Amino acid sequence: MAGSAFLVIAVLTFAGYLLGRIRAAAVRSRDQAAMHSLPSYHAKNVAIWTAVPSFLLVIVWLLLQNTVIDRLLLSSFDPQAVAAMSGAEKNLLVSEIRQVAEGRIFQEPSLAVRAAAEALRGWRATAAWALFSSALGVTLAGFAFSYSRIATRFRARQSVERSMNIFMIVCSLVAILTTLGIVSSLLYEAGQFFARVPVHEFLFGLRWEPQIALRADQVAGLGAFGAVPVFLGTLVIAAIAMGFAVPVGLMSAIYLTEFADARVRSLVKPLLEILAGIPTVVYGFFAVIIVAPSMRTAGDLLDLVVSPNSALAAGIVMGIMLIPFVSSLTDDALTAVPRSMRDGSLAVGATQGETIRKVLLPAALPGIMGGILLALSRAVGETMIVVMAAGLIASLNVNPLASVTTVTVQIVTLLIGDSEFDNPKTLAAFALGLMLFVITLMLNIAALTIVRRYREKY
Amino acid sequence: MAATDAPRVPDQPRRVDWQSRAMLSRRRRRYAAEWRLKTYGLCAIVLAIGLLAVLVGSLMATGYKAFTQSMVTVEISLDPARIDRNDVFNANWRAMVREGLAAAMPGLAKSEERDYFAMFTASAHFLVRDRVVARPDLIGQTAEYTLPLSDPLDQFNKGEIRRDTPPEQRRVNDRQIAWFDALVEKGLITRPFNTGLFVNADSRFPELAGLAGAISGSFWTLLVCFLISFPTGIAAAIYLEEFAPRGKATDFIEVNINNLAAVPSVVFGLLALAVFLGVFGLPRSAPLVGGMTLALMTLPTIIIVTRNALKSVPASIREAALGIGASKHEAILHHILPLAMPTILTGTIIGLAQALGEAAPLLLIGMNAFITSPPAGIMDPATALPTQIFIWADSPERGFMARTSAAILVLLGFLIVMNAIAIFLRQRFERRW
Repeated sequence: MAGSAFLVIAVLTFAGYLLGRIRAAAVRSRDQAAMHSLPSYHAKNVAIWTAVPSFLLVIVWLLLQNTVIDRLLLSSFDPQAVAAMSGAEKNLLVSEIRQVAEGRIFQEPSLAVRAAAEALRGWRATAAWALFSSALGVTLAGFAFSYSRIATRFRARQSVERSMNIFMIVCSLVAILTTLGIVSSLLYEAGQFFARVPVHEFLFGLRWEPQIALRADQVAGLGAFGAVPVFLGTLVIAAIAMGFAVPVGLMSAIYLTEFADARVRSLVKPLLEILAGIPTVVYGFFAVIIVAPSMRTAGDLLDLVVSPNSALAAGIVMGIMLIPFVSSLTDDALTAVPRSMRDGSLAVGATQGETIRKVLLPAALPGIMGGILLALSRAVGETMIVVMAAGLIASLNVNPLASVTTVTVQIVTLLIGDSEFDNPKTLAAFALGLMLFVITLMLNIAALTIVRRYREKY
Repeated sequence: MAATDAPRVPDQPRRVDWQSRAMLSRRRRRYAAEWRLKTYGLCAIVLAIGLLAVLVGSLMATGYKAFTQSMVTVEISLDPARIDRNDVFNANWRAMVREGLAAAMPGLAKSEERDYFAMFTASAHFLVRDRVVARPDLIGQTAEYTLPLSDPLDQFNKGEIRRDTPPEQRRVNDRQIAWFDALVEKGLITRPFNTGLFVNADSRFPELAGLAGAISGSFWTLLVCFLISFPTGIAAAIYLEEFAPRGKATDFIEVNINNLAAVPSVVFGLLALAVFLGVFGLPRSAPLVGGMTLALMTLPTIIIVTRNALKSVPASIREAALGIGASKHEAILHHILPLAMPTILTGTIIGLAQALGEAAPLLLIGMNAFITSPPAGIMDPATALPTQIFIWADSPERGFMARTSAAILVLLGFLIVMNAIAIFLRQRFERRW
């Protein structure tokens, strides 16, 4: 029904445009006076008024319809029984009702469920018709209103441009709304988590075992939510990645900007950028099938015990991913140093290498540091590589050959296949997400501040 | 740099003997340092490019074999007495297909049947059934059917499982190898291009699993992403660049956009899970939700690209338009935006290519489910290419490893095509002022 509502809106809008144009032309020839706006603006104004209000109505309706109907369904059951249910049971009940309403019956449903399914079907039909008719009504009303306003002196162009302004402002606000959505949803769910697990236990606890009891009488399943091992693991892997990416990226940028001739540069730079364009899931697979096994083989030769999902494998592959990032930011910082400084240093007899080490690098240092911090923020927030190549078990361990877990791995494993927001296990993922968001935000702000404050103005 | 602490006599500068031993060795040291720095740089570049080569090379080495599939061609006769034309689905297809397969290997003992039939895909009877449903005139005829071999035999045929491995370590036993050799002798085994990789959706059996579901899921997801982020991004960029009053509010929006560009992708997944699925109750695993999430991630890229493109259009064009009486909106929409469009499109395609490779937020909204039919629209449950790669990479069967590499090659192929289009647009249409 939503589809046909959109179709009707589109057809009526097109018709409104044509009718508006005809009417505006008629008014112009009838009044023999110069109209304020061109007929096409009158037509556009009619089209906007026909389409936009009803379109918004349908979108909002569709967004809220399921939630409202679910509420109605639950309210048709015994309120005390519903209040006693957990969120998961409620969802299970609602989805059973939906299945029954759509005619897919797996086991004989209870009478109440059957009744609810009947009601659901009724509500759905009512909702569909109500949506369709109200959308049609709003469309026609918008058309009638704007059509009646077509006149010689009506400032249609201003009206259209005002609508455009509003649209553009709303679009610019999407960025703010997204940030707001991220912050509020993380804060809300994390708040629920901290109501069950104290903040200090989460921040300073040393055990991370996010199992929860499947049944209320289970003893072993209390779980522990001390995030220190998780943060430590993130730090270990990020440190390995940076330890690999920074020297390689820095050196290759120095060579490319200072030593390589234009031909080599134009060949190598795009190749490095390919590394940046490869999806991270590909890096993850590479870590699993090539890097980790070869590290185990190397470990066997050296008599070292290398875990099959060692921090080293994940960290190095993440480092490979970050090479182009570090290298291009260093490249930018080096090229931003003015030619005169380079020439001055060379003129007093310094070699190219001395110029780089003693003149260019100090001058470019803020830019390079900023780039390294941004790369670190990427390393902390990187997900797919570690989900595929790092471990799941949190341990207080800084040995790069052992298996560690990271914040992003825990978020993904806690949430895959589970969307009930009523147990500490899933809520913990939001608490971790909040920490991740805050840490990366601080790293980004620090990077920008360093670049801004310590950059010398040449 | 030299030791200049000694007091200088102004009218009698100390002469440096450049040919002295000390100076020679100093110069040699300086040149050595220079050479070392250069070598480090070269090593770094060689290492980075070497790793790229290893990455691509290993994917190709493991993946190229998945682009072919070992098949067996057998004659199967479909007795009309055993198929009810009104109820084709419920005929005993398994028995008929097994008879056809057994006919290719005369003298098969009853006790050997289990091993023998395990050589062919477990869904062979469904494949035959589907072909007959599509062409009912096959009933009553004896026709040749080409069916995939099961995964172990496929790997054996491709040389991944070696003959000289001890039998207890390989998943193909000696009898199966003997039968396989006999079938090869009869010319029944072929290895054509693996069309199933592109036509089939996901399956538990590697020999039948394909990317059709993931490709169409990615298509719908990217379509939604484009339809949301492209107009929104351009409108926001025009407002911020041309209309917004300079001030705190505008600065705040800009800081926001820059920060969003650096937020980890998994956080967007959390947002989608809490808001799109939690508050709005949109369906799990749907390309609609995936597209909306990716649109939020692509938006900063498009806004930044559009603003730079608008900035690069010379002021004279705007002034000319305003000078002959266009309104500000008309000047922007009719003149500046069209001139900036090639650059914007280039940036958008690159942004969409990034979105195509993104997996983490899609995992959180459930686009990693096991779904055996391609989605028909944006509300159906679906997977996307990167999440399909993730699912297959987790599967233990050997055949899935080759398919994962093949899926990665397909994904990289799409990325290369998108980037090539972007480069083409840039070179063909972008104007340098």
